[in-house]
Amino acid sequence: MDKGKTSAEELFNYYRDKIDAENKNLNAYLTIFDFPNSKFLIPNSLLSGIPCAVKDNMLIEGTRTTAGSKILENYIASYDATIIKKLRNAGVTFLGKTNLDEFAMGTSTENSAYGPTKNPLDTSRIPGGSSGGSAAAVAADMCVFALGSDTGGSVRQPAAMCGIVGLKPTYGRVSRHGLIAMASSFDQIGPLTKTVEDSAIVLNALCGHDIFDSTTVNNEIPDFTATLNDPVKGLTIGVPKEFFDTGLSVEVSERVQAGITKLKDLGCKIKEISLPNFEYALSAYYIAVPSEVSANLARFDGVRYGHSAKDGENLIDTYFKSRTEGLGPEPIRRIMLGAYALSSGYYDAYYLKAQKVRALIKKDFDDAFKDVDVIVGPTSPNTAFKIGEKVSDPLALYLEDIYTVPLNLAGLPGISIPYGLGSISKMPVGFQIIAKSFDEATLLRVAHQLEQALL
Amino acid sequence: MLNDKELDHIAKLARVRVAPEKREQLKKDLSAILGYIEKLNKADTSSVEPLYQTTGLVNATRSDEPREEFPMTEKLEELLIGQAPSRKERFVKVRSILSRK
Repeated sequence: MDKGKTSAEELFNYYRDKIDAENKNLNAYLTIFDFPNSKFLIPNSLLSGIPCAVKDNMLIEGTRTTAGSKILENYIASYDATIIKKLRNAGVTFLGKTNLDEFAMGTSTENSAYGPTKNPLDTSRIPGGSSGGSAAAVAADMCVFALGSDTGGSVRQPAAMCGIVGLKPTYGRVSRHGLIAMASSFDQIGPLTKTVEDSAIVLNALCGHDIFDSTTVNNEIPDFTATLNDPVKGLTIGVPKEFFDTGLSVEVSERVQAGITKLKDLGCKIKEISLPNFEYALSAYYIAVPSEVSANLARFDGVRYGHSAKDGENLIDTYFKSRTEGLGPEPIRRIMLGAYALSSGYYDAYYLKAQKVRALIKKDFDDAFKDVDVIVGPTSPNTAFKIGEKVSDPLALYLEDIYTVPLNLAGLPGISIPYGLGSISKMPVGFQIIAKSFDEATLLRVAHQLEQALL
Repeated sequence: MLNDKELDHIAKLARVRVAPEKREQLKKDLSAILGYIEKLNKADTSSVEPLYQTTGLVNATRSDEPREEFPMTEKLEELLIGQAPSRKERFVKVRSILSRK
């Protein structure tokens, strides 16, 4: 565009044409936008005129935001999320809102009230979740990049399933104002992109303290693109032995080991480490997150917005009816789990215990990072499974998150990059890299060079 | 295994109703998840305080001064309560809370 070879409008329409051709089949987008009427180009901005897709749990003023649920089927956002404002200020255009598991709860996008999204590489398979629509849109070249949200892996795992890059920043880097809250101490917004460099460019635009989100930090934000090509030789890479216990599929393990070998070839030192409390991470997650979910979804009561039952006998009956009619099975399961874990008599045994285990998990990482610069492993135990294969077994789906949730518990940044195809399924394998809090610069540097080494 | 009384209790806390034909499966699913989570009891947490959030930020407050970001105009009213299913002028209407009994 800088060279005048194409215009922002031509670029937008190129993607609109692709969406019109493929979205009916893939169901990646729930709402599609037209080319903006008002001026939006920003001089000297790398992202100026670049079209992106936004997961449908982030508010864009004046447009439908469903969170993948029937309870918000006709909800129109009344303000822009802070990250939307930031992207507008960088000149970005928005192609539309993408499909997700309902209220971002799921690992396959099969929990959406608007039908599943299909994996563009094999439409009989899931694209991952909960940001499945965003991942599919990037993988199918229906946008330049997309935004997703990651509470337990929902940016990284779909990126792994679709063979693209997915980044979860450190908790506190990116504002959650205007992101429909799932679990407030876990949620982070992150980019899904085709390359690691793109991820760094978008991260630059997203980060920053926000007066509307008091969980954002006031840290200095480096230019994440500036150090991508700094040497990785001499860095120490930690490989947790607990990651390679049972449950990891052979084809994923093979590709991850190949990635570790490649890092060694690039001059990194490989060190086996231990995360002794890794086995408790998933359990701690599935207590703490539903607890926070039960509080965050209490606002969907049919009073101020969203689906409202017309025939409630009184106020509380309206709550019961509106919620039962509007919320899908997975949100209802998690709200009930959360209510149970927080209820009198159980709070100490469940929620408090989970948050203590959370402290142990964070300590395991802090201790490990004394000796290593980054930690690596698989993003997901399996490659993309078939649509319908696991949807009737909630616990089986939860087990897909085993390698991603520890980062959300500890607040650490993580990235998934594609590292070849599984030898049996021929579907992409995601290689996950984890860094210290606020050290996305090192994270992206290692990811970029590993990505380049595979080309 | 969760019993009926427990299922009813948590459904009431969650403000949802479980259809009769869905009760058994929901009891099974919730019990399976709670069973999986039981393994947390094996972790030794005697030496740690609970970690509620990871930034370490404490008392992130702002100065007690008006920021005037949202002037009270007609548009603001529309944005704030324009989608309430039941309204009267500037007010959101709800069903009765207190009964006459």
